[in-house]
Amino acid sequence: MSALAPDPRFVSQAPGPGQRSPFLRRLAHASEPWLYSAPALILIVAVMLVPLVLGISYAFRDVRLLNPFSGGYVGLQHFHELARDKAFWGALKNTLWWTGASVFLQFFLGLFLALLLDKPFYGRGIAQALCFLPWAVPSFLSGLNWAWLFNPVVGPLPHWMVSLGLMSQPENILSDPTLAMWGPIIANVWWGIPFFAITLLAALQSIPRDLYEAAAIDGAGGVQRFFSITLPFLAPTIAITVLLRTVWISNFADLIVVMTSGGPANRTQIVASYIFTQAFKKLDFGYASAVALVLLVLLLAYSMLIVLLRQSLLKKG
Amino acid sequence: MRRKRLLPTALHRLAILAYIAFALFPLYWLLKVSVTPNDLLYSEGVRLWPSHMTLDHFAFVLKHSDFPRFFQNSLIVSGSTAAIVTALASTSGYALSRFEFRAKYLIVALMLLTQMFPLVMLVAPIFKMLTPLKLTNSLAGLTLVYVAFNVPFATFLMQSFFDGIPKDLEEAAMIDGATRFKAFRQIILPLTLPGIAATLGFVFTAAWSELLFSLMLISGNQSATFPVGLLSFVSKFSVDFGQMMAAGVLALIPACLFFLLIQRYLVQGLTAGAVKG
Repeated sequence: MSALAPDPRFVSQAPGPGQRSPFLRRLAHASEPWLYSAPALILIVAVMLVPLVLGISYAFRDVRLLNPFSGGYVGLQHFHELARDKAFWGALKNTLWWTGASVFLQFFLGLFLALLLDKPFYGRGIAQALCFLPWAVPSFLSGLNWAWLFNPVVGPLPHWMVSLGLMSQPENILSDPTLAMWGPIIANVWWGIPFFAITLLAALQSIPRDLYEAAAIDGAGGVQRFFSITLPFLAPTIAITVLLRTVWISNFADLIVVMTSGGPANRTQIVASYIFTQAFKKLDFGYASAVALVLLVLLLAYSMLIVLLRQSLLKKG
Repeated sequence: MRRKRLLPTALHRLAILAYIAFALFPLYWLLKVSVTPNDLLYSEGVRLWPSHMTLDHFAFVLKHSDFPRFFQNSLIVSGSTAAIVTALASTSGYALSRFEFRAKYLIVALMLLTQMFPLVMLVAPIFKMLTPLKLTNSLAGLTLVYVAFNVPFATFLMQSFFDGIPKDLEEAAMIDGATRFKAFRQIILPLTLPGIAATLGFVFTAAWSELLFSLMLISGNQSATFPVGLLSFVSKFSVDFGQMMAAGVLALIPACLFFLLIQRYLVQGLTAGAVKG
């Protein structure tokens, strides 16, 4: 230990006998946070970052699992193919529709539910647990469950729609090309409302109650109180959750893979489920990665915005 | 005055009840079909409850199918994922909560990045990477992948729990001569037990629900987890609705148990991560 040259910068406080030199102490001090976070970081790098880079390289290579001679670089060939791929352009359009409709419905119903649960009432605890229960249902089971509900053999929904006059005979909307997308969207809304409700409820409960009392004394009505107190307080939470959730839902392929696997005729295929189908069914890893790279670039611009927003909000809070 | 309040109150309760009905109806229907005898399933149509019920579907699924093994495999994968992630996240969450170091924002950015990019991108490369390591079609390989996927979120969650514990506690212990790690293990960790339980619950639920990577990495019945087994059962025996839904009810049980465990922490947990569903 004492073999280290006595750097004048480090001997300014002379080390006592038997004490470690300040340089080593500094080193130990500086490395401490790394020791605590290293195992997690190593895993993240090995299982997420390395495959990410590998995946990006696949986008420019011919990687097909069933072809042992594949693996060579093909340049931009996948992207030329992609530009002519009607299924891909359809999937891009479907992604916007799927994400927009799901986020819109989840958010407004979730906000409504949060407002309902914000008031104290008898049995609120149990009501809250029951309302949030769909969140705990595994996504594959939500998908199957709703697919069964839409199935005219065992599900009630087609029969109810006939009695309401929405349908002439009980049919499965999941096999109707014009309606099929509503199936996964409804399942997604059912499954995702609790997420918004929970987040917004937490924000609602942090609003100081005396603000409402003061406003009521000043004669503000319920609607006025909502728009001048509740909404401004919720705004940051709403902005962040909606932005993050948009990214998450646009990547969320489980329900579609389970309920329709993109069919009928690719009418419910979103980009994420298209990537999965290319990799899982066609085993064409190169093309799947090229599609994934396009999705990544589209999401990256969006994500940068969110990271900046989060940082600035954290600093403020 | 009281009269005037009655109507909004009634509407409020009615809206709550309507939402509860919407939330529970699909699960109720799952349960209903799972106890409906096959002959009544078609003859009675959309009755809300069958005229008599049976547990035959459950008996078949438990005795004559591979579901008990799928269930066991899923328990092994989800349980070990939850345990490992919680251990890793408690140290990394502690680092983010207690240390000020230059690379901290880099680590936070890295962890946020992993929550942003589409995980489906990694399906193909991870499959390629795990194949030569003999980790495809293996519960260990699936666990490894799930651990890495869940560590970032769990780290943020644990960090929020550590942030709620005053720093003075371990500083006092360190003045008394304990090393930081000893203070962390003997003073701070026991105080975060509720947070540890919540993290275990969140991660278990996430691993139990994961679909795409289990489909890609696992083939064949031997190491199939519940979603893989259920989906292959559905595509093979797609007419046996009673049995499929009985299997579905079984998949629901652990998820609901863990939900009850963590639902107190939902609000805190989801606001800490604010990313994962």
